[in-house]
Amino acid sequence: MAFQKMELKDIEVWDGNRAAAQALRQAQVDVVAAYPITPSTPIVEGYAQFTADGYVEGEFVMVESEHAAMSACIGAAAAGGRVATATSSQGLALMSETLYQASGMRLPIVLNLVNRALASPLNVNGDHSDMYMIRDSGWIQFDAYCPQEVYDLNLMAFKVSEDHDIRLPVIVNQDGFMTSHTAQGVRPLSDDEAYAFVGEYNPMNDMLDFEHPVTHGVQTEEDWHFEHKARQHNDLMTKAMPKILEVFADFEKQTGRKYNPVEKYDMDDADVCVVCMGSSVETAREVASEMRANGIKAGVVGLRVVRPIPFFEIADALKDVKAIAALDRSSPNGAAGMLFNEIAGALFNTNTKALLSGYVYGLGGRDLTKAHLVALYNELQANADAGKVTTQLQQFIGVRGPKLAFL
Amino acid sequence: MLEIRWHSRAGQGAVTGAKGLADVISTTGKHVQAFAFYGSAKRGAAMTAYNRVDDKVVMNHEKYMRPDYVFVIDPALAITTDVTINHKDSTKYIITTHLSTEELKKVQPKLEGKEVYTVDCITIANETIGRAIPNTPMLGAFMKVSGMYDIEFFKESMKRVLGKLPQKIIDANMFAIQRAYDEVK
Repeated sequence: MAFQKMELKDIEVWDGNRAAAQALRQAQVDVVAAYPITPSTPIVEGYAQFTADGYVEGEFVMVESEHAAMSACIGAAAAGGRVATATSSQGLALMSETLYQASGMRLPIVLNLVNRALASPLNVNGDHSDMYMIRDSGWIQFDAYCPQEVYDLNLMAFKVSEDHDIRLPVIVNQDGFMTSHTAQGVRPLSDDEAYAFVGEYNPMNDMLDFEHPVTHGVQTEEDWHFEHKARQHNDLMTKAMPKILEVFADFEKQTGRKYNPVEKYDMDDADVCVVCMGSSVETAREVASEMRANGIKAGVVGLRVVRPIPFFEIADALKDVKAIAALDRSSPNGAAGMLFNEIAGALFNTNTKALLSGYVYGLGGRDLTKAHLVALYNELQANADAGKVTTQLQQFIGVRGPKLAFL
Repeated sequence: MLEIRWHSRAGQGAVTGAKGLADVISTTGKHVQAFAFYGSAKRGAAMTAYNRVDDKVVMNHEKYMRPDYVFVIDPALAITTDVTINHKDSTKYIITTHLSTEELKKVQPKLEGKEVYTVDCITIANETIGRAIPNTPMLGAFMKVSGMYDIEFFKESMKRVLGKLPQKIIDANMFAIQRAYDEVK
């Protein structure tokens, strides 16, 4: 192919956006259609630069909105190309209609979702509102906690998405600013190693295969709609996770970096644990280690695969703890938090009698400090000691004003 | 763990400076993190950028920091904002100003009793690079105050970090780094 290779150092200092752009370059994505939005902009900017500089044999398509961006990605994927894009927040909201088209049409697409708050009030900073908004859209969702994981999960996302048994689009989440604009050491693969790992794209039912004409984007009413949706759900529930595990194992073999649908940290003998996502997982791990030095057996559970939800893996990770905090970085707006509900659902029919409480934190980029987490672990220990949840079930961390507690 | 907070105005290069420093340090086997608070990111708005350096992987993603060093690369910010916020007794300050350290402490009493170094990065940048981009000279001053690396090693490393820029600009940055290294007091 007519493109240049890039020499990379063993350790590059990249932020999450750079890590994603480099992975898209190494995967030799054919088409990126994008309408840039903060904080995800540098990803598609990076891909466009790499393409202009001759590092990718691909096409960057400028469009007039995020709705058009995903529509163009759908067209390119249906035609048989390797396709990716990036967005955040309001951009994802505008894309949401087409996200369902992409998954329903069973098109492999990789979307870098740089998590950001949803207006109103307008806010460009990181929280998980956008991730939560489209969790029923039929996309597989991975979550990265740092730039290295953004890079790794992007490479793995193509392998999962493009598998002929899967053919579902994949979102790679990272925290806006806290990961996307935070530079850290990243160990990249060489261009050849990365491309060999992702593999040549072998499309299925591609529209540019004129020998085998197919129809995409059909209408089905009550005669077939349900069967299509049921089959998509079936594949997410039965095929996606085994494939993800296989790709995680392949990646570990090549790099030594191990990924799991549920990431456990010091959970073997933990009495109290925090369940969360994004960069908070790493901060919580550091605090958990410090709590152990003070005699509190603390652990951390991070969700790596958000969809399909690792239902049994969550139950297994939490089976021996006494008190659990579910940390949701999105306003549930009139309900318990998503993680609270998923954990409750996963544990309900088990013998685990762990105490579960939920916390809403970090909206609009509000800092989750180590001091917050120390107080949280102490509160969980108090719950464990009392044998009951000593607070209301839903609290807020880091919000100003009178203390808020519900349920 | 070494922690640094930069006080800057958007457009003065604090983010580039923080990332450049992280890049150089990373090549010596340390683990690094560089990030910033952008706010609404308007050019000229006060902003802060941050570095963390450690022997092990930096896991802490909180924005709260009690810095070991505070870099102020815009002269007015030392006066109009509180650059001593969340300080430790051992926090060291390197401040861009045309004032002497003693004169600055008179104007900003919060710096009284603190370990303060001054250097005029704005003038240095104007006279070498030809623009008021005080980020690389600040790093030259930091090398002098901290003794972190030999200045020649640091300049060689920065040449690689600035690699894509025209040679003339790279050379000017090297002069700026050296001058700040020599002039910081």
